[in-house]
Amino acid sequence: MIEVKIARDADTATAFITGDIDHHTARDVREQIDAYVQETRPSLLNLDFSQVQFMDSSGVGLIMGRYRIMQTLNGSVSVVNVPAHLKRLIKMSGLLALGVIKEGEV
Amino acid sequence: MAQLKNEMKFEFISKSANESFARATVAAFVAQLDPTISEIADIKTAISEAVTNCIVHAYKHGLGYIYISVKIFDNGQVTIRIRDKGCGIENISQAMEPLYTTGGAERAGLGFAVMQNFMDNIKVISKVDRGTTITLTKNIIPRVAKNG
Repeated sequence: MIEVKIARDADTATAFITGDIDHHTARDVREQIDAYVQETRPSLLNLDFSQVQFMDSSGVGLIMGRYRIMQTLNGSVSVVNVPAHLKRLIKMSGLLALGVIKEGEV
Repeated sequence: MAQLKNEMKFEFISKSANESFARATVAAFVAQLDPTISEIADIKTAISEAVTNCIVHAYKHGLGYIYISVKIFDNGQVTIRIRDKGCGIENISQAMEPLYTTGGAERAGLGFAVMQNFMDNIKVISKVDRGTTITLTKNIIPRVAKNG
């Protein structure tokens, strides 16, 4: 079960993801976000993880993939509101080196 | 010697919808050892990685069965075996390297790194065209010790 809601504020789009991110659900999230950004071209895409109950490395792949897409659109990605239980995975993932997560988030 | 406390086995076809079923089932069984939320999250994450590997890699050419068995011991040890009869891994040490992936742009290449990081021990046995068996071990700290 996964749900994505996208809100817009000027040039910033924020995708609120609710549920568990695994290989099965990541596809749905990816398709919804990609369709939105391709069509509306925000300059910043926030991925709000506050309602993500579970995530495996598919979530890391999801973030990396959106980072690449936003780069090709001359935009950027920021992962926000990372819950405590996801911090260990995010720290070991190499995502911090990509600059998509602000200091203090994890 | 640790005494076997309980044991279970289950099998399912390699459909991605079963990833959540597999990790929830193992977590429900391991709950008998009274693990912390964080210990359960570690196990669920590792199972999710192992099962995803079976689906994305072992059975990339079609559906097949994934077999999971779980043993729990009275000293708090959990042993989980995830087995497939898929394509096998040609080069195990390469497959286990962080960031190495043959899964395409949307895969992070972190599956084995997560299993190693979140569990206490991992053993991989694989034969090309025969399949792969991953054995994951984690020691759940008994509640008495946790409470100090």
